[in-house]
Amino acid sequence: MLSIKNLHASVNGEEILKGINLEIKAGEVHAIMGPNGSGKSTLSQVLAGNETFEVTEGEVTLNGDNLLELVTEERAREGVFLAFQYPVEIPGVSNLQFLRTAVNAMRKHRGEEEMNAAEFMKLAKDVSRQVDLDPAFLKRGVNEGFSGGEKKRNEIMQALLLQPKLAILDETDSGLDIDALQVVSNGVNALRADDRAILMVTHYQRLLNHIVPDYVHVLAGGKIVKSGGRELALELEERGYGWLGIDAVDTSN
Amino acid sequence: MATTDTQVKELIKREYEHGFVTEIESDTFEPGLNEDVIRRLSELKQEPEFMLEWRLKAYRRWLEMDEPEWAHVDFPKVDYNSISYYSAPKRPEDMPQSLDEVDPELLRTYEKLGIPLHERAKLAGVAVDAVFDSVSVATTFKEPLEKAGVIFCPISEALQKHPELVKKYLGSVVPAGDNYFAALNSAVFSDGSFVYIPKGVRCPMELSTYFRINAANTGQFERTLIIAEEGSYVSYLEGCTAPMRDENQLHAAVVELVILDDAQIKYSTVQNWYPGDENGKGGIYNFVTKRAACIGKNSKVSWTQVETGSAITWKYPSCVLRGENSVGEFYSVALTHNYQQADTGTKMIHLGKNTKSTIISKGISAGRSSNAYRGLVKFGPGAEGARNFTQCDSLLIGDRCGAHTFPYIESKNKSAIVEHEATTSKVSDEQMFLCRQRGIDPEQAVSMIVNGFCKEVFKELPMEFAVEASKLLEVSLEGSVG
Ligand SMILES: Nc1ncnc2c1ncn2[C@@H]1O[C@H](COP(=O)(O)OP(=O)(O)OP(=O)(O)O)[C@@H](O)[C@H]1O
Ligand SMILES: [Mg+2]
Repeated sequence: MLSIKNLHASVNGEEILKGINLEIKAGEVHAIMGPNGSGKSTLSQVLAGNETFEVTEGEVTLNGDNLLELVTEERAREGVFLAFQYPVEIPGVSNLQFLRTAVNAMRKHRGEEEMNAAEFMKLAKDVSRQVDLDPAFLKRGVNEGFSGGEKKRNEIMQALLLQPKLAILDETDSGLDIDALQVVSNGVNALRADDRAILMVTHYQRLLNHIVPDYVHVLAGGKIVKSGGRELALELEERGYGWLGIDAVDTSN
Repeated sequence: MATTDTQVKELIKREYEHGFVTEIESDTFEPGLNEDVIRRLSELKQEPEFMLEWRLKAYRRWLEMDEPEWAHVDFPKVDYNSISYYSAPKRPEDMPQSLDEVDPELLRTYEKLGIPLHERAKLAGVAVDAVFDSVSVATTFKEPLEKAGVIFCPISEALQKHPELVKKYLGSVVPAGDNYFAALNSAVFSDGSFVYIPKGVRCPMELSTYFRINAANTGQFERTLIIAEEGSYVSYLEGCTAPMRDENQLHAAVVELVILDDAQIKYSTVQNWYPGDENGKGGIYNFVTKRAACIGKNSKVSWTQVETGSAITWKYPSCVLRGENSVGEFYSVALTHNYQQADTGTKMIHLGKNTKSTIISKGISAGRSSNAYRGLVKFGPGAEGARNFTQCDSLLIGDRCGAHTFPYIESKNKSAIVEHEATTSKVSDEQMFLCRQRGIDPEQAVSMIVNGFCKEVFKELPMEFAVEASKLLEVSLEGSVG
């Protein structure tokens, strides 16, 4: 479904991604781990089409279509979804309005009829309960004054609403209390589907107890330095990143 | 609309009955301003004697005054002798005869604003439909107003039918010599609205200039006077969200509101005059003086305005809070784009005990525009326990525009309290990326973010006006991204 070949990207002339190769099939969940500053968020943002980053080399296709040719909103409409590590606030714009605009933009793209306010309200309420967010949050400004954990749940709620083909979750587990972790994990598991690929960035192997990935990759210094199964995460937890010989790469950056 | 000849005649007759159209037979005056021009103007309008005297006095004051230069705007000098101070209303045969003769760009905008077809014609100044439309609307609205004792008519008509009321209040809030543009308006005002709400009456509907025929022709030097007697209430809507066809370059209007004990006036404006093209050519100069006098105890006034039009705007709706416990409110959204310049704000003059005022100003600048907020909060010696709250937010779109804030506070009373908050923010790349990542078009994203920024002001507008205002922002912001 998603195919990344030799992807290089830089910001302000500085190369951050230095040749990423990754294949994700429909139905699979891949976890990406790696030290701070190794390029995990950069990879996520580049896939979603953030223009701050310049792709200097490589290929990315989604179901055979060249993603790099599309601008951000076109990628989104083709089914790319990014749950942000740091969700931004949009004061005064209600979550409900924001989400309905988004859902309708997607529906319009697919040639479907737009949802009216009442229909959407019902749908949104159902989904917000699924991530244990009080429907009152729908009336608040987008992420406005949300706690860290509430923001993350809000991101998963959006994924559930938008039903993407490729869901990229950038540290959706960080900053969550134990119960919230369970809720978010349930949300992600609900997203798992035969026709959907999930790319999940995380620092904690405990998340992988809840959401069992098919593959785990270690990103360091802008490259994937090791890939393995579920057990790789356990090994990393035990031994840290040092044994992979990537400390040196990190500091030389 | 299928109408027979007799029906047409009847409609026209009815219209005359209600005095909504003033019959004037004359052509346009030669450009230029002198006492003789004012005499002819007053005579044409068959004004009472006191009115001519008043105009002449204003004119003499004006001659001694200088154009203000302190506003944060920059424009070539206006040549007051090149303007014609009287122009007969257009005859139907001189107006466009159908929508086919109207600028397609204008029609495209109407369509985007969702204005119904028959109203588009009226706004564009098309001859026939316009009259029918307004007459029917006017008649349905006139009856309940008359029943309630509300007077709502052109000020020229009020001068003939209710001269004592006009004489008593005209200039009582904005004296003829108040400022350069007010003096000019006092000398030459063409027409405008007059509203009188009797004691204890709650006006049964929102009053709107939109429903008044001739409104399009009274533009240049419009004069509005609204009086709310004890315990009365009125909500008045000025303008409409569609850009009006208008050939006048200079607009210098005066609006006076008088509010007595326990009365309230809610005055909402949506202003969308021609702002000039994307290179800064053309556009209206809007120099208006708006002021409310809360002379009664517990009286209240709110000014709510959404301004997206005009090349240059110079406007400070003000509240003189004289009555004890009187309340003044100012809610404003001013959006500038391309080369537009706006210098707007308010003045809250606290004179009475325990008077309160609130100022919420939202300035949005895009393109190469410049947007300034200028506000004065003043406490007189008698303003015991008076309070003001000011919140002044600016939003920038792109990095070639500017926002400026000039707050002035003068206090002669130690017990008065002022709170002032100001913020400047940008539509950030992160916000745009979030919206686009969720599939939303960049233009729609900007308009959504801007609407969110203006929410506190929009919620003060009457419902249907708020919906239109938000659509208007969307249209005005076109081309501001990328
Ligand atoms: N906009 C930017 N401008 C300059 N440098 C940037 C920018 N974005 C990312 N970087 C740099 O790129 C590198 C990778 O950052 P990235 O956010 O992708 O790391 P990460 O793996 O997600 O780290 P973390 O685990 O802390 O979230 C860092 O050195 C970071 O400082
Ligand atoms: Mg990161």
